[in-house]
Formats: sequence, structure tokens, C-alpha cells
Amino acid sequence: MKSVVSVVAVVAAALLGSTAVRAADVEVIHWWTSGGEQAAVSVFAREFDALGDDKWVDTAIAGGENARSATLQRILGGDPPGAAQFNPGRQYEELIAGGMLLDLTDLATTENWAGIVRPASISEACLVDGHWWCVPVNIHSWNWAWASIPAFEKAGVALPNSFDEFLASAPKLKEAGIIPFAIGGESWQINGAFGVVQTSLLGIEKREKILKDKDIELAKAEMPAVFAKWREFSQYTDEGSANRNWNDTTNLVVTDQAALQIMGDWARGEFGVAGEKPGVDYACLALPADHPTVTTGGDIFLFPKQSDPAVEAAQLKMASMMINPQVQALFNNAKGSMPVRDDVDMSLADDCMKRGLEIIGSEANIAIDAGRWLSNDTTGQFNDLSAQFWADASMTVDDAVAKYVEILQNAD
Amino acid sequence: MTNLAATSAGAISARGPKPRTLTASRIGVYAFLIIAALFFLLPLWVMVVTSLKTLPEIRQGHLFNWPELLTFEPWLKAWDTACTGRDCNGLKPGFWNSVKITALSVPVSIVVAMINGYALSFWKYRGSEFLFGVLIFGAFVPYQVVIYPLIIGLSKVGLFATLPGIVIVHTIFGMPILTLLYRNFFASLPIELFKAGRVDWAGFWGIFFRIMLPMSVPITIVAVILQTTGIWNDFLFGTVFAGRENMPMTVQLNNIVTTTTGVREYNVNMAATILTAAVPLVVYFISGKWFVRGIAAGAVKG
Amino acid sequence: MTQVAQGGEGAAAGFASAATRRKPRLRKRLNVQSVLGTTPMIATAVGVFIICIIFSIIWSFTNSKLFPNFNFIGWAQYQRLWSTDRWIISVQNVAVFGVLSIVGGMVFGYLLAVFMDQRIKQEDLFRSIFLYPFAMSLVVTGLVWQWMFDPNLGIQSAVRQMGWTSFEFAPLVKQETALYGVVLGGLWNGVGVTMAIMLAGLRGVDSEIWKAAKVDGIPTWKTYLFVVLPMMRGAIATAFILQCTGVVRVFDIVIAMTQGGPGVSTQMPAIYVIQHITDRVNVGQGMAAATMMLLPVMVLIGLQYLVRWNANRRAGRA
Repeated sequence: MKSVVSVVAVVAAALLGSTAVRAADVEVIHWWTSGGEQAAVSVFAREFDALGDDKWVDTAIAGGENARSATLQRILGGDPPGAAQFNPGRQYEELIAGGMLLDLTDLATTENWAGIVRPASISEACLVDGHWWCVPVNIHSWNWAWASIPAFEKAGVALPNSFDEFLASAPKLKEAGIIPFAIGGESWQINGAFGVVQTSLLGIEKREKILKDKDIELAKAEMPAVFAKWREFSQYTDEGSANRNWNDTTNLVVTDQAALQIMGDWARGEFGVAGEKPGVDYACLALPADHPTVTTGGDIFLFPKQSDPAVEAAQLKMASMMINPQVQALFNNAKGSMPVRDDVDMSLADDCMKRGLEIIGSEANIAIDAGRWLSNDTTGQFNDLSAQFWADASMTVDDAVAKYVEILQNAD
Repeated sequence: MTNLAATSAGAISARGPKPRTLTASRIGVYAFLIIAALFFLLPLWVMVVTSLKTLPEIRQGHLFNWPELLTFEPWLKAWDTACTGRDCNGLKPGFWNSVKITALSVPVSIVVAMINGYALSFWKYRGSEFLFGVLIFGAFVPYQVVIYPLIIGLSKVGLFATLPGIVIVHTIFGMPILTLLYRNFFASLPIELFKAGRVDWAGFWGIFFRIMLPMSVPITIVAVILQTTGIWNDFLFGTVFAGRENMPMTVQLNNIVTTTTGVREYNVNMAATILTAAVPLVVYFISGKWFVRGIAAGAVKG
Repeated sequence: MTQVAQGGEGAAAGFASAATRRKPRLRKRLNVQSVLGTTPMIATAVGVFIICIIFSIIWSFTNSKLFPNFNFIGWAQYQRLWSTDRWIISVQNVAVFGVLSIVGGMVFGYLLAVFMDQRIKQEDLFRSIFLYPFAMSLVVTGLVWQWMFDPNLGIQSAVRQMGWTSFEFAPLVKQETALYGVVLGGLWNGVGVTMAIMLAGLRGVDSEIWKAAKVDGIPTWKTYLFVVLPMMRGAIATAFILQCTGVVRVFDIVIAMTQGGPGVSTQMPAIYVIQHITDRVNVGQGMAAATMMLLPVMVLIGLQYLVRWNANRRAGRA
């Protein structure tokens, strides 16, 4: 196969001068082990190998926690991988401060990453104090709900246009033998959906005031409504939800056993695999219903510093390859995620993806991922709280708000 | 010493009452064992039948039913073609790594612990009990707490991410329980054994090799079972300390079983699980034969 | 009986008594070979565990995030720890889980060992059946039992399909019962090893004891319970500590079965520690939790030394 990115090689070679001649192996740690993910990571590997004699050496470790821990521990042990997958957030800020990552600024300046990566807030995950420390490769948004059209038809209710409409029709769905609200009991699923409800009720600005600026008074005023709404949802799920995977949960919507799931855009792949058609078998509802936005989650790659200059040269080539428009197109079509730049051919995308791309076109529709503002520690505490509140009906809204405020006050 | 001689003559294996006919209590014994066996076997049955079903059949439920459409495809896939990241080679690449790690770590860790237990029982020195207390204490520390200093230490001596490195790590973390096992076993041996050894002027190593080593067969089987299982199933240390070339099979098993997105292939998961457990199982079956040998089975005079 | 008493004495020298009883017979002396032979133990105890524990305690007083640092912040990590619902629930859970699984494991394990000791046919087969679950990693054990307990796939739905439609058995879906489901899964995995250790202990008991008990007309069950069991202190202590470490470190099986849910109802201390020092990037908090986990063990071991020291002192005076 002829590489679509040979131009990248030229750029990278020009950038590096003539020092890099020796081929190098670049070990990449990632947690992409399922079907669609595996196809996506293969795009990267194939394109990288086609650039020259450097080789992509694959270390897949399932589970983000496992993979990230392995990366961090190997960096500490002086045996860092050549590249490692992370989620945009604050988990690697100490790696940057400690000078353990390869500075990609020269490459990024040459290729004008700051100009092409959109929305601009996506680059914030990698651009710290004017230096580029990682490559954003895709965007995943949480702000979606997935509805089974046959399930709503069976119950004789219309597709909802708001959460209140949905909650109003939920008893009818239940009567018809359908699980109104599908969710898996893992804390990240619960907190993720909770976050979507929060955004819907508060809007982008208030959400940002609370989560970014830690506005305690606003949180005290606004969060009770959010928790109360969330409690309403909790009565409409099924008993099998405890510890259920998100994709098994999505499967309930695919098979029309459940009516609605709030889940990020990665769920689309499950419908695709099952041969379902958007608009016919299922509907993707962009949230919040009155003003759809996208959150800026996704994946990034960072490149731990190496002692071997040949590996360093190969790392830069890899970084350049990952953000190349053609590779972005191939990769994101395989992964089912949105590309990090506009000039990418996404004509293969389905209607739901196209809707997402439309929304992301405007800066006003961007709800920055809370992981930019909150440490993993704080996010984890919110996860625990949402899960506890969801499962424990004896916990009052006031209790929950008090705990929420406490976590926010102590957030670092 | 006559007592011991008499003792040693008596026993071969099970020493309960020796019934000759099928009495009510006999039936009770077998009933208990069979019911217990069913409890233990039920999950295995589920795993086996699931691994032989097709995915659509699994989705129908009927967890305990024999497959309507028998397929061995999941087994082949688990071993040979299941994707674990970019590579699609199933479980087999890690298999020999796991064999390598286990075959080296099990004997090393057991020998070290055996000597520890022996010394702690018969050759105490000032501070030895304190060291033992620290070891037992170490058995309660969550592994992850100890990982950081160990990474730094091993990388200082150049053994981080190497085969000897992972053997050392397994020896360290196996040591508390194994040392306890051997210490308690040796402590329960008749002191006359040791005294007899001293009379023959055998020193530390002489008594160890000539008397204690042959005596410790039954407890060594328990040690082998513990260590083989622990090391074979280890995931945490393997990913961190073994280095990329020596990644154990559990990494691939984990990639197959706990994949976070996409369709869950339960049949392949189950086949992969049974395949991964095969080696410890074989070790159990083979080593279990020696269980019948008791403490007094002739080794005393040996 | 005299012969039995003497013969039994040697074999009966169990765990606890062995150390104290042997003392007059075996003096502590510095044997160079003994020290040399235990070099790995000395290195591990001092070089790994003592150092690690000291650093864990030190770091628990710092605000370490991803990498450990030495910015001391007093007791703040402990204050946060003990005001966190999840931690308090975890501590309660590990207590319940520990008592149930240790008592259950000991009783069931000893029963199995005793029944295995009845000169049964197919001993190899039965032993392998009881032991095989241990070959499955705890992750796999958790996955299998999660499946068996799944209300829509597992035992509950199978029994309902047989016609008993109101049958309910899905412990993992409710906060009140989830922990017991985890206990059951853990027992399935670990009882076989307890049985194996107990069986090795039973086989270590002198056959003369049995003959004597027979002569004295003691019923078999009484012999097992009152004569043989006390002689197996070594095996019992080993099995007990093995299970204790399993309880304190319990992690994989909970993650696989419930991920600590529903809600936070099956959270455990080790999960708290591990999550904080890895994915939640708060080493200080994780180390504070780890130190709290080690505290009871420290106290117990300290007490044991105190008791022994006291006993020695008294023995010296006498």
C-alpha cells in the first residue's frame, strides 16, 4: 500500500535536518482492543510503518487505568514507551512539569497545529504555556441520547424533545414492557449521564462557572434541581443495570428492549455493527435538546522523552502522521469519532456523525470537557457521589448537594 | 526414638476410621462430597457450554443448556486469531512467556522460602523473629503501594523490565506466605528429627538436604499450587516488570476478556479463560498425587 | 496411652506453642550459614517492606499527586479520608467480608478436608474438583459469578424458565445483598486451598493418635473436633493468615463482579488505595488509606510481641 502521508515524511525530515537516518522501533501503549478500535489503531500503525523503516511496536493493554498505570510506571522506571495514549485532562500535567515528555512545539509550529485544530479548546489539552506536549487525535462527545424508535412506537408515545417529555412518557413505556431508561451501574456511566443532565439544566455558562470557577454559591443554588431531576430518572431503569457494561446497555436499545440511553457518541458504533439505520431503527438525539453542544473528550498521544535520537526522530514522524488530514479521515471513520480538524473528508460518515460535525463547527456549541478543569481525583469523587446517589434512594437531594459542594470546595 | 519408629511404620495415607461396608455414614460422606462437587463444578459447566455456543444462542439466555449448535470456533479464535490490540494472534504469543516466567519463578521462590522456614524453625538468630514479623506484615501491603520503590530499585541495578527482574519480584511477593507455610510446617515436625541430625554432626545445609527437604513434600505441593496459580495469573507485575518481550499471557487474556468497547464475545472469553487456566490445572492434577504421603510415611528415618 | 502421649507430643507441636516450647531446647545462636541462607529474606524484609512502609507513611503526610513528593501537609489526608463516605463504607465492608469469608472458608475447608480423609474412592478426582477454581484468576472468578448472578442470564432466569416464575436470586443487583454475592464467589475460588492446607495438616497428625482414640472409644467426630483439630495449629494458622491477606487485599474479584457497586455498596479499602495511587493521581491520599489498612496489622503484631516478651520475662524470673 502506498502511503497517503509520504508528504509528512518530507516535512518531518526537513524539520529534523539530516541527523535521523537510522530506523527505530517506537513502542506504543494504548487500550484500544475492541473491533472498531483495533481497526482504528491499525490505521495509525500501517501509515506509520509506510513512512519509512521505522516500526510501530504495539503494546495493547485493555482498560484505560491499566494502560495509563503501566505507562506512568515505565516512565518512572526509566523504560518509557515511545508513545502512549491518554485522555485529555490533567493526569499528565506532572509529566510535563517534570520534563519527561518530548516537546512537540517545533513540529507543531511548522505544521501550524494551532491554526488547524478545531475547536480551539481541543488543543488546550496539549498546549501548555505555549508548548505542545501531545497530539489530539479525535473528539468524543458525551452529549447524546440514543433512542429506539420501535420501542417508542410500541408504547404509542412520540420521540421526546426534552427530558421532561421523556420522563412524562416513561410510565407508558414501562407499561408496554419496555425499560424506559437504560444505564449501566458503573460509576463513570452514571456520572457521565448525570453530567449531560447537568449541562441540559444549567446551560454551558453556568456549568462552566461551577466546574471551572468553582462557584460555590451557584452550585448551592442550581444543583438541587439537577439532583432532583436525576432522581426521577433512577426509577425508570431495570434491575439488571448493576455493573452492566455500557455496550451491553446500548444493546438493550439496539434490540428495542429499552427506550433511551444517555451515552457518548462511541455508542453509535454498536448500532452500526448491528446493521441499524439512523432515523429508522434508532434516533440520535443531540443534547441539550434546546441547544445541542459537544463535549471535548477524546484521545491524545504523548511521547515520553527518549535517550536515542533515532527514536526521537521517529516519534516526531509519528506525531505528524497522527494529525495528518488523510490519516485523520481514515482513523476517525474507523473509530467512529470526530476528527480534530476541519479539512478532513468525512463523506463516509453517517447522519449522526454529520450532525455532530455540524454542531462542532461553532465555538458557541463547545462544552469543554470537565476533565480540563477537574483533576482525576475530583472527577473520581464526583463519580462516587453520583453512583451513591443513584443507587441509594435514602440519600436525600440536600445530602447530595452538600457533598457535591464539599468536593467542589476541596477541588484542586 | 522407638515411638517415632512405631509411628513411621503405621501410616500411608488417609487415617480416618476405616469402614468396610456401605453404611449410612458412608452414604452421608459421599452425599456431602458430591453436593460440594456440584457447587464447584457449576460455573465450570457454564464456562464450557458457553464456550461451545454461537453468539446468537448466548444472547437468548439459557445459561445452563447444552449448545444447540456446537462450535469449536471460539476455542480456535481465542488461541489463534482473537485480536488483542493491533495484533490478532490470540493467546498464543504470551503463552511461552508465561511458561518461562512461571518455570523460573516458582522453583526460585519456593527454595528461598523453604530455607527461610527451616532457618526460622531450627536456626534462629538474633532478629530472625523480627524479620519474620516484617515479612508477615508485608503480606498485607497492597502490591501497588510497594511498586514505586521497587521500580526505582530495580532500574538502579539495571534489572527493570527484564526476565530476572520479574523473577525477583515474584520471589519477593511470594516470600511472606511461603515462608509462613514452611515455618509452620517445620515447627510442627518432631524436634527429635533435628536432634538426631545434630548428633550426626550435620550442619545447617546437611540437615536441610538430608532430612528436611525429603520431609517437606506434602507442604511443597501446597506451595507449588499457591505459587503456580499466583504467578501464572499475575497481571500487574507482568505488565510493569517483565518488559515488553516477556509480557505474560494474562495481558492478552485481559485484552480479550475485559475489552471496554465493541461486541462482547462471551464464547471466546470463556474459551480464553479455560485455556489460560489449563497450565495451573495440569500442575494441580500432577502434583496432587503426592498429597497422600503423610508426615510419618517413612521419611522420618530417611 | 503413654506411648500416644509421647508420640503425639512431637506431632502436636503446633504453630503457637512451637516457638515457646522449643526455646529451652534450642538456644538462639548465631549460625553464619543460617544468616547466609536467609539473605533473600533479610533483603526483602529490610530492603523492600520496611523501606516501603516507612515511605508510605511519610508520603501519607504529603500532598503527593502523580509522583511522590515531600511537601508536608500534616494530617489533612487523614481528615479527608475519614470524612469520605466511600472509605467508611469500605472499612465496614471489609470487616463483614472478612468475617464471613474467613469463618466460611475455615469451616467449609476443614469439613471438606475431613470428608476427604475418609479413605474415599476417587480422592484425586474430588480434590481436583475442589481445587480447580483456584486456578482461575480472581478476575475470571468474578466474571463467571457475575454472570451466574445476572438476573436476566443467570441462575434466576434459568430457574424461572423452568417454571418457578417468582424465583428471585440475583444478589448483586441490590445494595443490601451484593456483598454476600461477592463472599460466595470468593469462597468458591479459595476454599479448595484451605482444604488442601488442612488436608496436609491432617495427614501430618500421627496415626497413633487415631489408634488411641479408637481404643478409648471416642467417636470419630469428637476425635476430629477435640483431638486432631487442636494439633493442627500450624495448618490453621497458615490458612488463617493466607485468608486474612486475601481479605485485606481484596480487589480483583470485587472489580470484576460489582466494580464496587451498586453505588458504593461493595467498595473495599484496597480498591480505594489502588485507585488513588494510580488513576486518580493522588498518591498522598492513597498512602494515607494504605497506612490505615496496615495499622491494625501493626497493632496485632505489636501485641503479639508484647505478650511474648512479657511471657519470656516472667519465665526468666521464675
